[in-house]
Amino acid sequence: MGIQNTLEGSNTEIPEIGALDVDKIKQDFPILQRKVYGKPLVFLDNAASTQKPLQVIETIQQYYTAENANIHRGVYYLSELATQKYEHSREIVRRFLNARSLKEIVFTYGTTDGINLVAHAFGRKFIKEGDEIIISEMEHHSNIVPWQILCEETGARLRVIPMNDNGELDLDQFRNLINSRTKLVAVVYVSNSLGTVNPIKEIIQSAHEHDIPVLVDGAQAVSHYRIDVQELGCDFFVFSGHKIFGPTGVGVLYAREEILETMNPFRGGGDMIKSVTFERTIYNDLPYRFEAGTPNIAGVIGLGTALEYVENIGYEWIGAHETEVLQYGMNVLSEIKQIRFIGTAQKKAGVISFVVDGVHPHDIGTFLDREGVAIRTGHHCTQPVMDHFNVPATSRASIAMYNKKEDFDALVRGLHKIIKVFS
Amino acid sequence: MDELRELYQEIILDHNKNPKNFGELPDANHSSEGYNPLCGDRIKVFLKVKDGLVEDIKFTGSGCAISRASASVMTTLVKGKTVQEAEELFKRFHDLVTQSPQAEVNLEELDKLAVFAGVREFPSRIKCASLAWHTLIAALKEKQEPISTE
Ligand SMILES: Cc1ncc(COP(=O)(O)O)c(C=O)c1O
Repeated sequence: MGIQNTLEGSNTEIPEIGALDVDKIKQDFPILQRKVYGKPLVFLDNAASTQKPLQVIETIQQYYTAENANIHRGVYYLSELATQKYEHSREIVRRFLNARSLKEIVFTYGTTDGINLVAHAFGRKFIKEGDEIIISEMEHHSNIVPWQILCEETGARLRVIPMNDNGELDLDQFRNLINSRTKLVAVVYVSNSLGTVNPIKEIIQSAHEHDIPVLVDGAQAVSHYRIDVQELGCDFFVFSGHKIFGPTGVGVLYAREEILETMNPFRGGGDMIKSVTFERTIYNDLPYRFEAGTPNIAGVIGLGTALEYVENIGYEWIGAHETEVLQYGMNVLSEIKQIRFIGTAQKKAGVISFVVDGVHPHDIGTFLDREGVAIRTGHHCTQPVMDHFNVPATSRASIAMYNKKEDFDALVRGLHKIIKVFS
Repeated sequence: MDELRELYQEIILDHNKNPKNFGELPDANHSSEGYNPLCGDRIKVFLKVKDGLVEDIKFTGSGCAISRASASVMTTLVKGKTVQEAEELFKRFHDLVTQSPQAEVNLEELDKLAVFAGVREFPSRIKCASLAWHTLIAALKEKQEPISTE
């Protein structure tokens, strides 16, 4: 008997862990078959970017081999085919996020681009001098800097939800920060440097009680959790294709239609207009109004395939499998007495950040690299988090659905070697 | 593992664990701060320069083994040298770590710097090794703003 899927209130039986074979999934990812420095690649830097399955690679190859043309303009066969594939991806994304309408799905170049779009098109319209924007202490720089730029330009003010030493946000403090000047809350769903899964629904509800819109940075969430934007109730949701087994240079901004409708245009150019004269330009309908210029067509189509790939595997299986691997990873790492974890939230996704007594993360990274183990070392674009924990940098192992327990065995073996050399 | 051993030689590990001239220099008349945004390494170099002579030098900060060892070795080499000699040492060091890994090194001429030849195999670590030296040069010019290796 499999585990009953209670999430959706349905009775669909989902496969037991192991019924879906990780090794089979791994075979879809050609890069995971390769060696580095003569050692099998152990890829534990999925929070930075995930690998791509053959299905995605082949979709992109197929596009450039047999379907390539610009979209939304030609009347000929290929242009119509490309347009149809591009728009089909939009439908896949809509279904993936459970958005109400295709008008709410804007293709961007990534999470950073999506946040900048909102900072410009929403921010410059609705945020004025004296207004306040709330973010959190664990934001990625891409969810800090666009708001700082906006604040500098407008005279608005940035407020920051603090976190405790486990890396959990203080929701009481958050509620205290809300006031009549608050115009936007922008928070990360899953922290890329701590792994913390924030109580995003609660945050959205609290903000909505005061009619404050909420932007969710979903960059790290999408590959681990099923996203339902209607259930979450968020006003904006952004993510990047490359962190969910899709191509780089493509991402998604979901925004509620009513909000999108009121926003300023962002980039001006082709495709975002209906008609242009030197006296007056009439902007295009949603969502095209926010997609100026020729987009990353192959990327968008490849992203569609990536999302279908994930849906085929299913979040139930992904969740169960990753929880098991993450647990195992935490267990074997905690047996190394020189290790201190950075980020020990109750609710944690596939990110393990740590420091090792007496060995700088950078040295760890170089050592592990020669063992074939790829992890990230540094501040992970979250310098305020590093400041909070008073470390210059951490080592970070982050998992995806194709990781196995033995990947952590390789990591631990490498760490033991380093510790020995440095002791 | 051989390249790793080249990089993390005993001398480097020793300097990392017990760096020479580590600490502040209260009577410094030159100082500068260096920062490597890639890994968050920070280093501060303090100098006491008199009549064109580096009478004393110390450093503080946190960083990886390569950057700490490099700073430590640097202070031992520069102490007691003239400013011009220090600049020449910087040049020699810079040439060493930025040349191709295949290039012949003149061990005699490089002397204590030779232990950093292994860095050439690790392009991402060259900045770690150079941070202290760049900071030294900035301190000699007495630049006030923190310098960055980017
Ligand atoms: C939480 C979070 N937000 C935003 C980003 C930025 O994503 P991108 O570089 O794809 O725009 C990242 C990527 O590292 C992230 O982890």
